[in-house]
Amino acid sequence: MPSMTTRKARWRAPSVLPGFGLTFGFSLAWLSLIVLIPLSTLFLKSAGMGWQAFVDVGFSERALTAYRLSFGTAIAAAFVNAVFGLLVAWVLVRYEFPGKRVISALVDLPFALPTAVAGIALTALYAPSGWVGQYLDPLGIKVAFTPIGITVALVFIGLPFVVRSVEPVLADLGKDVEEAAATLGASRAQTFARVIFPAILPALFTGFALAFARGVGEYGSVIFISGNMPGRTEIAPLLIVTQLEQYNYNGATAIAMVMMLVSFAVLFTLNALQSIRRRRLGA
Amino acid sequence: MIRVQNITKRFGNYPALHGIDLEIQPGEFIALLGPSGSGKTTLLRIIAGLEFQDEGQVYFNGDDVSDIPVGKRNVGFVFQQYALFRHMTVADNIAFGLTVRKARRRPAKAEIKARAEELLRVVQLEGLGQRYPGQLSGGQRQRVALARALAIEPGLLLLDEPFGALDAKVRKDLRRWLRDLHKQMGLTSIFVTHDQEEALELADRVVVMDHGRIDQIGTPEQVYMEPATAFVSHFVGETNRLPDGRHIRPHDFEITATGSDRVIVDNVFRKGGSWRVEGRLTETDTIVEIDVDAHEAPPTIGETVTIAARRARTFSSAGDR
Ligand SMILES: Nc1ncnc2c1ncn2[C@@H]1O[C@H](COP(=O)(O)OP(=O)(O)O)[C@@H](O)[C@H]1O
Ligand SMILES: [Mg+2]
Repeated sequence: MPSMTTRKARWRAPSVLPGFGLTFGFSLAWLSLIVLIPLSTLFLKSAGMGWQAFVDVGFSERALTAYRLSFGTAIAAAFVNAVFGLLVAWVLVRYEFPGKRVISALVDLPFALPTAVAGIALTALYAPSGWVGQYLDPLGIKVAFTPIGITVALVFIGLPFVVRSVEPVLADLGKDVEEAAATLGASRAQTFARVIFPAILPALFTGFALAFARGVGEYGSVIFISGNMPGRTEIAPLLIVTQLEQYNYNGATAIAMVMMLVSFAVLFTLNALQSIRRRRLGA
Repeated sequence: MIRVQNITKRFGNYPALHGIDLEIQPGEFIALLGPSGSGKTTLLRIIAGLEFQDEGQVYFNGDDVSDIPVGKRNVGFVFQQYALFRHMTVADNIAFGLTVRKARRRPAKAEIKARAEELLRVVQLEGLGQRYPGQLSGGQRQRVALARALAIEPGLLLLDEPFGALDAKVRKDLRRWLRDLHKQMGLTSIFVTHDQEEALELADRVVVMDHGRIDQIGTPEQVYMEPATAFVSHFVGETNRLPDGRHIRPHDFEITATGSDRVIVDNVFRKGGSWRVEGRLTETDTIVEIDVDAHEAPPTIGETVTIAARRARTFSSAGDR
């Protein structure tokens, strides 16, 4: 029966890896259930409210300030995490020292800790009367109840993303590449800047994107340390909750919609940059 | 001239090298030959400055370089797994050693580019400069690694199992090509291998290593024909060890009615240009391998024949580790 082999339409490249149909179908179903259906509900809901109403709430002065704060602090925190997460990953991969396992476990703690606990702890530390806050306050540095405080909370929450993204790549990088650079006369600094850093940049990028995404959506730890002053330290997720508490479902939906679109655009861009890069390396 | 004097290296308690002495003349192509774990890579890395000896000295042209860091020794090193910079184009990989130089010694951009082009031609990869290492075959990557090492005009070229990861055909082509390149460019090179055929075919002199010691240094002819130890005799070429302590190469046996040892023939097959006869000595059951000239009639399986040795060696037990 020769028609058996030719009947199937070729809408994907032939591959010897089995199970594409099954796994792809399952992935799609799963994604739909978990991600696509809830998100499209959001879409439909906001479509139903009319354009003018959508713009009035979604782009109100208060909402714009909240977006700026949310995305600004998330980006700042992701940058801080990129730098210090890389440092932590470096230390964990490159050096052997007593207590290494403990430190490694500590890195994951922000994943597991209820975010409210983190928020309360950080607030206690950084409040003007707190352990750390009491020394910063006389210097005129206010952390709790300011955007700095929000950033601190997001740094805490996002650290594991960077460390765990970079760590395996760094471990995998191989000493021989560094040794090759050394035999060719490169200094330690040149080797880092031109060989190691570019090699781990994609992983760092991923970690940055994950930490950023987590920061944008973070709620639990931030609401305690931010002080929640509308127009000053009110993050967008909080604004959404506030709208819900006032039974303003349309308002909540509109703000959520704007946040989702911006987040998606940012993450999509980061992903696209990554895959362009990967294709270029022929990997 | 490169001189390695009394080099000893331990990893923890494990002695990887003991008292290595070696002299290499300019223009020589030297093979470090030995089984896995014999210390070849460690010796090569010490010469390069990637590893540090516990005792002994390394001299380049009479200067003790033991305290000179790897980047200042001006050695080209080709790593076993190539260690190419994957995020750089082939041309950038090759130019790397020139671009990291201090401004004072760094050639102009155009000159670096020309150098890279020239080296691409030398390693027969013209037109592939803008590719990434991930887009090349194993043999091509190997040549990029070589070009990158040659770019700094090394006084000494070190290659760690340069053909280890390649398939048989590519391997053969590449090693002949490397041999020619070495001559043309007037390089001084040391390469590591565990493949005796490779060492005998390529090297001017072969350094046979075992358990962190040098068993013999000599021309391919010398290490094959006059092995200094039982180990060399067995590692370089094939050797039968008879119960009476004689070491005899398969082609040094002849099957003759006047022979002194009786052998039961277990198997006969073609091996290269001759017959290979596998059998057992009737008295001790020792397995022996015998080569019979291709145009002679081989014995039949199951037959008992008598053999004689045209040439045999014995080694003092000191050398017979
Ligand atoms: N960094 C190291 N730490 C501990 N042991 C090592 C190290 N490098 C090599 N060795 C040991 O030293 C011996 C010689 O290794 P090597 O020089 O790599 O041998 P070869 O290249 O001949 O296979 C081996 O037994 C190996 O396990
Ligand atoms: Mg080795």
